[in-house]
Amino acid sequence: MNGLVLDRLEVRAKGALIVALDAEVKPGEVLTIMGPSGSGKSTALAAIIGTLGPDFRLSGRLVLDGRDVTGLPTRARGIGLLFQDDVLFPHLSVGGNLAFALPAALRGRSARRAAVEAALAKAGLAGFADRDPGTLSGGERARVALMRTLLAEPRALLLDEPFSRLDAGLRDRIRAFVLDLIRAEGIPAILVTHQQDDARAAGGRIIDPQGRPVSPGT
Amino acid sequence: MTAGGALRLAPRLTLALMAVPVLAGLAGTLRPALETDALARLLDWPGLPRAVTLSLVTGCGATLLSLAITLGLVAALQGGRLFALILRLLSPLLAVPHAAAALGLAFLLAPSGWIARALSPWATGWTQPPDLLILNDPAGLALTAGLVVKEVPFLLLILIAALPQADAAQRLTLMASLGYGRVAGWMLSVLPAVWPQIRPAVYAVLAYSMTAVDMALVLGPTLPPTLSAQLVLWMTGPDLAIRPVAAAGALVQLGLVLLALALLRCGEFGVARLGCRLALTGRRGIRADRWLGPLAGGAGLLVVAVMAGSMAGLALWSLAGPWVFPNALPDHLGLKAWVRAAPGLGPAARDTLLLAALSTALATGLVLACLEAESRFGLTPGSRALWLLWLPLIMPQVAFLPGLAVLGLRTGVDGSLGAVAAAHLVFVLPYVFLSLASPWRAWDPRIAVAGAALGATPGRIFWRLRLPMLLRPILTAAAVGFAVSVGQYLPTLLIGGGRVTTLTTEAVALSSGGNRRIIGTYAMLQLALPLLAFALALALPAALFRNRLGMRAGG
Repeated sequence: MNGLVLDRLEVRAKGALIVALDAEVKPGEVLTIMGPSGSGKSTALAAIIGTLGPDFRLSGRLVLDGRDVTGLPTRARGIGLLFQDDVLFPHLSVGGNLAFALPAALRGRSARRAAVEAALAKAGLAGFADRDPGTLSGGERARVALMRTLLAEPRALLLDEPFSRLDAGLRDRIRAFVLDLIRAEGIPAILVTHQQDDARAAGGRIIDPQGRPVSPGT
Repeated sequence: MTAGGALRLAPRLTLALMAVPVLAGLAGTLRPALETDALARLLDWPGLPRAVTLSLVTGCGATLLSLAITLGLVAALQGGRLFALILRLLSPLLAVPHAAAALGLAFLLAPSGWIARALSPWATGWTQPPDLLILNDPAGLALTAGLVVKEVPFLLLILIAALPQADAAQRLTLMASLGYGRVAGWMLSVLPAVWPQIRPAVYAVLAYSMTAVDMALVLGPTLPPTLSAQLVLWMTGPDLAIRPVAAAGALVQLGLVLLALALLRCGEFGVARLGCRLALTGRRGIRADRWLGPLAGGAGLLVVAVMAGSMAGLALWSLAGPWVFPNALPDHLGLKAWVRAAPGLGPAARDTLLLAALSTALATGLVLACLEAESRFGLTPGSRALWLLWLPLIMPQVAFLPGLAVLGLRTGVDGSLGAVAAAHLVFVLPYVFLSLASPWRAWDPRIAVAGAALGATPGRIFWRLRLPMLLRPILTAAAVGFAVSVGQYLPTLLIGGGRVTTLTTEAVALSSGGNRRIIGTYAMLQLALPLLAFALALALPAALFRNRLGMRAGG
């Protein structure tokens, strides 16, 4: 089946249960994991992306499009990641950041360049390829970061509070842009946040890191 | 073996490359000392007590003085404008090789040196150079001064790098809010926290100061010189029968250094107990700030002035035309000395460059492999590994290099550039590691996660993200290593077996001859090479990333 399945995914540290997730995220759906800081959100995120430290014990399975990816390193999981900050590579141009993400299978200078230009146009940033990321506004950087993540052709997306650093006006616009793209591309996504309006806007189920349902606004 | 498997072994291989030559060299040096009557013959040498005393007094004196100036500068003045000025002026001086610093100071202090010329005849009445032992003075004061001006910049930079981990700013604010004076507050709250981090550097300074050969040959007393200097004269002299005595002397020198290190360790306990007792009295030490600040600032400026004068003197003498004694400046300037020295300068500069490039490239590669293995496999170096890294800097060179030279002789690699470069590597690598480790560890780990989430392999993350982003600190570390290699005297002399000539060995060899113009050219070129390396390390990343705001300083 297609989509991302968290099959009794549990993380323990020194015996204490920190994360317990059992859920299915269908293509185009957004599952929200919500909780205050210290609730195990970042541990859940590390478990899904594959960066858990040696002190943690993981059990259960992570299945993406029918393939068990639990034991795979981050790069082989096919899960894209959007950080709280954009984490653009400061030494590469905007186009360089995007080309870094393009699969190597896409060969030829002009084909790669065209794919980058197309992605930029889609984000309303046509002609930005040669710009220095250091000169972009917060909203432009956020959009470049999203396009970079999508160009790697991920089969699922993990969003780590990607809107919390944006100012209020920009926030709604960028959030709508991201969520619309996820639905349009039909990618299963998990949003990790402590903000209730993010959770509401995502429109999907909301659970805490231990898998209990959370109702927004309470 | 996979690339990842080889990488995993890099830290161990590197530590072995540091420790094995030191230990093998020690064994090789000390064996002849124990087998023959060498020790008895050494004890018969009438100069021994004096040489031993000189080594102890100049080494310990220079270390304590450098340490006092460094601690005083940071404790009394850090954060102020004077401190920023002194720091900016002292940092480039770290690149000055020991030999060039010694020669420059000699040109300054000698009876016919620049200071005497500037003051004569109007203040001194001298119309010809006075018959005074200012340089090579029997008490070793000139040598101590030379060591101090060279070690203060080193200790200062090590100390400043250690401060953030000690929470210095917060501790100082707390002490100030309790009513403590600046210096007292710093000594009681920050020093105990930074000391463990700067301890290896202080030990290295002590061991180096007691055993420096190039500086002692230029600035130190003669008849007898310091113990290490005498040992090297014996080791490189024509009299083969004296070689075992030199080996016995190396044993004594090693014992002396270990004794001084033990004394320093006891001193640490003593100072710590004294500090605790002082802290209990609740004395705030407000009045001490009034005189300690100006004193430390004055000492710092004096170090800067002496070094600047030394370097300017070297440059001036290398360009000087006729320059009769009491005149403060030469009649005119010219390139005559450079033209005359060129046939010797060329090959010496070429070999200096080759050795530095070879050892620095190897050291930088190994350090990068170690650090990459550390981040990729989560290996963190223990304190024992860090002490091994410091081992070549704390062990007296004169105690293990002769044994290594014998080893080189037996295996037939002595006198080759490769063998000398390998010996340089032992001293270059620790410095490259120490300067690169903290910027490497400060790199934002989310960049690597972002790269991995985009499907990049660890190799691609290393080559395409981490290496270019850390290009500036990597090149700076390489420049430090380059400067260390250019400055090496004893490894080049002993492992090279007299057949490898660098600017450093040549400048020291010429120093006894007294042709200041020719010495000036060698010392200037010796000084120019590291400065050029540092300039490149700054300019290259700046040019490559001139259109990248995020790669500017601090980014």
